[in-house]
Amino acid sequence: MSEDKHHHIVPYRLYVIVLVALLVLTFASIGITSIELGEFTVAAALLFAVVKSVLVLTYFMHLKYDKPYIKLMVAFVFAIFVVVIVITFLDYLYRV
Amino acid sequence: MHTTNAVNGANYLTYQGKYKGLLGWIFSTDHKRIGLLYLYSIATMFATGVLLGLAMKFELLAPGKTIMDAQTYNATFTVHGVIMIFMVVVPGLPAVFGNLMLPIMIGAKDVAFPKLNLLSWWLYVTGVVLVLCALLFGSGTPDTGWTFYAPYSFKSGTNLLPAIFGAFVLGFSSILTGLNFLVTIHRLRCPGMKWSKLPLFVWTLYGTAWIQLLATPVVGITLVLVALERVFGVGIFDPALGGDPVLYQHLFWIYSHPAVYIMILPAMGAISEIIPTFSQKHIFGYKAIIASTMAIAFVGYLVWGHHMFTAGMSGTAQYYFSLLTFIVAIPSAIKVFNWISTMYKGSINIQTPFYWAVSFIFVFMVGGLSGLVLGALATDIYVHDTAFVVAHFHYIVFGGTGFAFFAAMHYWFPKIFGRMYDKAWANIGWLVFFIGFLALYSPMFYLGMMGMPRRYYDYLEEFHGGNILSTLGSWVLVTGFIIIVVNLVRSARKGAPAEVNPWHSKTLEWTVPSPPPVLNFDKEPVLGEKDGPYNYE
Repeated sequence: MSEDKHHHIVPYRLYVIVLVALLVLTFASIGITSIELGEFTVAAALLFAVVKSVLVLTYFMHLKYDKPYIKLMVAFVFAIFVVVIVITFLDYLYRV
Repeated sequence: MHTTNAVNGANYLTYQGKYKGLLGWIFSTDHKRIGLLYLYSIATMFATGVLLGLAMKFELLAPGKTIMDAQTYNATFTVHGVIMIFMVVVPGLPAVFGNLMLPIMIGAKDVAFPKLNLLSWWLYVTGVVLVLCALLFGSGTPDTGWTFYAPYSFKSGTNLLPAIFGAFVLGFSSILTGLNFLVTIHRLRCPGMKWSKLPLFVWTLYGTAWIQLLATPVVGITLVLVALERVFGVGIFDPALGGDPVLYQHLFWIYSHPAVYIMILPAMGAISEIIPTFSQKHIFGYKAIIASTMAIAFVGYLVWGHHMFTAGMSGTAQYYFSLLTFIVAIPSAIKVFNWISTMYKGSINIQTPFYWAVSFIFVFMVGGLSGLVLGALATDIYVHDTAFVVAHFHYIVFGGTGFAFFAAMHYWFPKIFGRMYDKAWANIGWLVFFIGFLALYSPMFYLGMMGMPRRYYDYLEEFHGGNILSTLGSWVLVTGFIIIVVNLVRSARKGAPAEVNPWHSKTLEWTVPSPPPVLNFDKEPVLGEKDGPYNYE
């Protein structure tokens, strides 16, 4: 198949902004552990991790500028991941 | 990369590159040489695994201690399992025949990342060495079974860490091969090679590559957790520390069930090449086979819990896993239907690969149908952890992947080595092997139904007859294996020169010389509208 000739060039400024956002989120995820959130502690940590992953995937890994089928593949992988988690909890939530 | 001028006239076996002799092989980035490296490595490990299996069968020739005690038996089945699963059947067809044939079948010069491909083989060898270290050094050979089940895996006093780390490294080898094949299939198809013209072996490698890429990291992380549990006692799986041992089983089987499809999908792909070639007929239901391949790859992710019906899962999860297990049987049945329909009214040319292919269908059917006994909740409780499971598993994995491997070996042998094997001896080898296989594993179905547990070095007197037959079968099988190996090794050196296309096949690898030149094609092939992998009419 033919190679892609066109590569999107991302300005450094954007990379720096994303880097700062990632650092802020990292400190925020540490900071939030000082607040007592009860059963939402894990959910909060995961939320920060998800936002950071999305930033890395979108900008650092160029997903934003990729072809739709690549985006579809990544979405498919996450869908599988969610399904696997849901199925696992069919066990844990319904144990007698 | 090699240049075309430098390799004019040389085939990949004789080509002299930067390095000479052995170095020219172990540092080669040529996909065909890497395929052969895998073939020799995997064949060596397979022979080792066979010897261990033979020793186990010998132990079971009579009740009580025959040649080994209980602890040695536990270690033997553990090592047999680790070798056969992680070093033989998981890499098996993709690493050997995927490497050897995939680029040629899609009209490419090599895989997308040749150096990464070589790294995969090196990681494989590193993993093998690590596992061998676990066997030879330290506080005793691992005795947990190949599944490393918690909590025993962090309580066993044996030398488990190198084995776990070895399996972890082998996983990386598998991931890199999968990644390489995915990119190769997406990016390096020759002009005219649309997705609808891909040979089915390539399609199955594509489905397999996805599983390798997505499922293998799960087992990698799980094995790291077991190591952390052993060393630091972090309490993820240890109930004494608030952990859950059933969670280990979930995580392990989230990989290891899809891994069964890593083993069987390329096997099905090889059979899908062989049947139309030796029937000289277009494959029946090309699109149905593709759809069933992708369905198996997808649904195969979601059925792992059927390995855990008696582990204490919730009833809801059990119903769900049982239902989906029955559903995943459907695409496999579709494939069998398509293979049989391809043979119907074909001009069947009975040759050794065809014998292997049809015997594959037989043993795969027996293995698949006995799997439904285990997928049904009520019957599984009756036969779980008995010899029945061992029989089912070997019918599917050894009968499925193993038979397909030998089918593929006899099919592509003339292309790989440029020589033809002795067909009479090849047929005799197949027959002896097939009889040995049936005698070895069939009695285990009966023994399991009668209640003989698996993984015990001893048994009750009433199971003696079945075990004698099974052990005799193992000797017959090994005799067949020796005949096959001797014939192939001898023929690779001294066989009659092979034609370019001895089986009159239609896929691209049969258009290049035997053995293929270093860069596969003198000119990049271009597929026309009427060209296709199975256009026999």
